[in-house]
Amino acid sequence: MHPAPSVIIFTVLAGIGFGLLAFLGAGYPAPVGWPAFFHWGLGYSLAVGGLLASTFHLGNPQRFLRAFTQWRSSWLSREAISSVACLLALAPVALSDWLGLGWPRALGLIGAALALLTIFCTAMIYAQLKTIPRWNHWTTPALFMAFAGAGGAILAGQSAAGAVMSALLVALLLTAFRIGDGAFAARAQTLGTATGLGTIGPVQGAVRVFEQPHTSPNYLMREMIYLVARKHIRPLRSIALICAGIGPAVLLTILPPVAWAFATIAAVHLIGAFAARWLFFAQAEHVVGLYYGQR
Amino acid sequence: MTSLPTHTEKKLGLAIDLDTCVGCQACVTACKGWNDQGYGAPLSDQDPYGAAPSGAFLNRVHSYEITPPEGAAVIVNFPRSCLHCDDAPCVPVCPTGASYKRMEDGIVLVNEDACIGCGLCAWACPYGAREMDADVGVMKKCTLCVDRIYNDHLPEEDRVPACVRTCPTGARHFGDFADPDSHVSKLTAARGGYDLMPDLGTRPTNKYLPQRRKDSPDMSAPLAPLLDIQATGFAGWLDKVLGKI
Repeated sequence: MHPAPSVIIFTVLAGIGFGLLAFLGAGYPAPVGWPAFFHWGLGYSLAVGGLLASTFHLGNPQRFLRAFTQWRSSWLSREAISSVACLLALAPVALSDWLGLGWPRALGLIGAALALLTIFCTAMIYAQLKTIPRWNHWTTPALFMAFAGAGGAILAGQSAAGAVMSALLVALLLTAFRIGDGAFAARAQTLGTATGLGTIGPVQGAVRVFEQPHTSPNYLMREMIYLVARKHIRPLRSIALICAGIGPAVLLTILPPVAWAFATIAAVHLIGAFAARWLFFAQAEHVVGLYYGQR
Repeated sequence: MTSLPTHTEKKLGLAIDLDTCVGCQACVTACKGWNDQGYGAPLSDQDPYGAAPSGAFLNRVHSYEITPPEGAAVIVNFPRSCLHCDDAPCVPVCPTGASYKRMEDGIVLVNEDACIGCGLCAWACPYGAREMDADVGVMKKCTLCVDRIYNDHLPEEDRVPACVRTCPTGARHFGDFADPDSHVSKLTAARGGYDLMPDLGTRPTNKYLPQRRKDSPDMSAPLAPLLDIQATGFAGWLDKVLGKI
């Protein structure tokens, strides 16, 4: 799949933003006064900024309100509703923390749950697609949740939780890489099965593209056929594992729990998260590529 | 709206004959011609006369080569367009309800006024049936020429999809697959029409009719007859004389 920058920025920033909002909503930490203002402000900026980035890849973003209507069937619609509900539910909690109003925490817990639900909905947009075997697996929501958990914990200044989530993220990334690499082959779809020409009819055998249906790339090829140079996969995976997971897990254990340390660790984590998310899209193969003899 | 109907009264669709299709691309042109002036936004092209022309089409014709274990290779032309699936994966993913399947005839359509152009329906379709229009940012797909098939202003023989009407070899057949006595149902039964990628559970309406078995010349020794040509008449005399020199 084409790794569109707007979608990568959206999923990474919104993921870490809603992760931070979940921690703040649950009261870990529970800052007061100006520290609360900056903490909540960071969470809201990341979440809202990510959501805004997601509208850049829309053909008609001015119609976005319609995307709130189809929650009964569409994970994208559920994500839209859940994200706005989360931001609304947490607003009074943020206000209470900032101004020291001491309002009850219950709404914060509801908001935290909605933040987690939003991340799950985002992941399910990808995981539901049977046409993209690499994504169509439980590791997709697990990874998105782990990224939000690890990134959110780092920004929330939760060393222990952050270290555990980062370690979990490493394990999940390794699992997703291993299973994902065999996912397309496991479906046993080839040009021959996709067209039926290899196995149906009087003449059966190896099928190959004789002539393409059009001379220059179309929307399908630009959007769904993307080849990553194999030599780039290994270093990018290493960056993803080391920066997103291993590094933060180690640094959270050895560095003192002060602001500059968490900021440094968050920057390292983000580099890894962007590398991992770029690979998530760039390495995903859509079955429609079979008709073009390409992946 | 975005949920699929549990049942459709008709199942309108196409039976595409891979045996008769000659790959002339007339259906591609007719489809483009009809659909850039009728239903919804015109199918736009980008840089049509420049170095890198590109555009949205609702119908594409591939050409494949099958190499059997024995014998000569075979070329098959393979038209690809929306299959109007019973369990269309492009419909439930739509966040706005723009993508829908009609209860009365099973046609899958896009309400272009409600489409935000997110592209998720195209990701969900295994067959590459949907292409985004780069000009207006809405998703385009085969409408089964819904503005032709019910159009009383057209002569009756024209009330079929443009691709069917134009096909010079009659390789495309339009009809109701819910009616077992329809032309397309009988044709599909007689010819062993099949679904594309049935394991994805989309239950396509359109069917593909496989190639027919063909006679083939005896290829065991195709050059053997040339070895004992007996020349007669003047050529025979010449053959004899030249042989003695």
